Amino acid sequence: MLNPALKLNQKFFEEAEEAPTRQGYGEGLLELGEKNPNVVVLSADLTESTKVNKFAEKYPERFFECGVAEQNMAAVAAGLAVAGKIPFISSYATFSPGKNWETIRTTTVYNRANVKIGGHHSGIVTGPDGATHQATEDIAITRCWPKMTVVVPCDAIEAKKATVASAGFEGPVYLRFTRDKTPVITSNETPFELGKAGLFWTCDLPQAVICSTGHLIGEALLAAKELEEEGVKVNVLNISSVKPLDIEGILEQVKKCGSVVSVEDHQQDGGLGGALSEFLVKNLPAPMEFVGLDNTFAESGKPKELIEKYNLGKAAIKNAVKKVIERKGK
Amino acid sequence: MIDELHEEKLKDLEEKAVKARELVIETLVEAGSGHTAGPLGMTDIFVAFYFHILNHKPENPFWEERDRLVLSNGHICPIQYVTMAMAGYFPIAELKTLRKVNSRLQGHPHRSSLPGLETTSGPLGEGISQSIGMALAAKMDGKNHHIYCLTSDGEHQEGNTWEAMMMAPRYKLDNLCVVIDRNNIQIDGFTENVMPLEPLHDKYRAFNWHVIDVDGNNIHEFVDAVKQANSTHQQPTVIIAHTVPGKGVSFMENRFEWHGMPPDTSEVLGAPPKGEQAKKALLELKMIRETTKNQHK
Repeated sequence: MLNPALKLNQKFFEEAEEAPTRQGYGEGLLELGEKNPNVVVLSADLTESTKVNKFAEKYPERFFECGVAEQNMAAVAAGLAVAGKIPFISSYATFSPGKNWETIRTTTVYNRANVKIGGHHSGIVTGPDGATHQATEDIAITRCWPKMTVVVPCDAIEAKKATVASAGFEGPVYLRFTRDKTPVITSNETPFELGKAGLFWTCDLPQAVICSTGHLIGEALLAAKELEEEGVKVNVLNISSVKPLDIEGILEQVKKCGSVVSVEDHQQDGGLGGALSEFLVKNLPAPMEFVGLDNTFAESGKPKELIEKYNLGKAAIKNAVKKVIERKGK
Repeated sequence: MIDELHEEKLKDLEEKAVKARELVIETLVEAGSGHTAGPLGMTDIFVAFYFHILNHKPENPFWEERDRLVLSNGHICPIQYVTMAMAGYFPIAELKTLRKVNSRLQGHPHRSSLPGLETTSGPLGEGISQSIGMALAAKMDGKNHHIYCLTSDGEHQEGNTWEAMMMAPRYKLDNLCVVIDRNNIQIDGFTENVMPLEPLHDKYRAFNWHVIDVDGNNIHEFVDAVKQANSTHQQPTVIIAHTVPGKGVSFMENRFEWHGMPPDTSEVLGAPPKGEQAKKALLELKMIRETTKNQHK
């Protein structure tokens, strides 16, 4: 059942309300604009699309349009940060932190500049724009940076909380957002803390733990419910903080469940599954299956069609759970 | 405000420049790797900054009102380290640690390793952008300090440089002054053979910058150009400083082979044999020092 302690959206299974996580980013920035005069926002010609338009209208003196120039935007932000500002740079993730990866590496990460990177249009749910605009490697290329913080909010409400929380954290943060509407799972009352995972679905004597990051938590919960009806018991852990991982929370679940399925709208290589397996193989090896893009780019299409075609949905998750439980018995 | 550069101060700066070049050679020989031509070519400009132009406090490197000196082409850091040490940021003896393990003097500058560095640099084309960020922040905060960004000519082949060149005039950053080390060389050869930059002056003009050309090995001329830059309104300034790479050492001057190599590590046509290059270089610099002193008497 949905973990009652986390005050999740109880209506999720009946009529799932939907909103894009980028909306939460925009709302979080508006709140920050009022709270913290040091927060500044930079855009690379994607102001409306990355939902920073309202911040730009309300705080024009703290908004910097950089044009279609993501490398420059990243380094300008680093300059603002070392001068005491808290810059949020906003673009599509394939361009930022994709195209400007080395600029961020040198001027923000190695330089320890307090820059927040808002990467949008992540995952194949970017849909009709096609694989050029569907960022599916961004977790891999950011979590490999030393002492980086990588956050993938599961819904629009968590996206707002993560955005606000990131400004209160001293150091570079990558925040990953989606374009399309995805189910709202949490509520305003659901606790959120950078670096902490949340046990969203819980049962007695679970046989596997589904570790999900980002919007696919909705598919993971649907899978968990159907599995329960079929007599298969799982827990579902929402891991919005891919780096640093919530080591205690993850170890507790893996000890209890004995097998793991990772779920993410990202390449299997280098994403949450990679992070979990690197950690578990050193600390608590357990059978593990991966749900994510399998060594392929996706294509144009509707988000729901793509989730099904590329095996990221509840059917794929259920299969992975059954497979990992079977492996556990061997 | 930059002080008047009277004759006596100029003499002092010129003598410091010779001392700085000697330290560059000694430091590079000790390190066993690093760049030589650029640091020697930019010595006069670094001396002008650290001993005359900058409003700074070496004993308090985080002083908020300080002018920011941003080095974009981080590979010429030996001359920045040398002039910082001479100015009192850290002991001159520490120069011996350059490029060695446990040193604050990284092969390319790392801001958080050494107080007084404003940026982490080495990968080219990123300094003007970071300076723009600092200049925007200064404007937001109503601060009057200047942001000086030192760049190379070679890094004007990086796309990022041109992105930044578009942005600074858009925000009318008259607190920003970019200096280009126009020494015409890069690793693979002469800039105009590798990837032509000319007409560089006209290109900056077309991007709406205030452009000044100077002899970058003439301290007096350079200081005047910076004064002009600081009195410009509503527009960023670029000073194209024409320098002689390897300046002061005859067998290194204008030779691109010395871009990324220290003395005594390899044979270069026309140079003394390995092992004698540093000795010859220091001897030539000693002669320059004596000539400078005599001129000033």
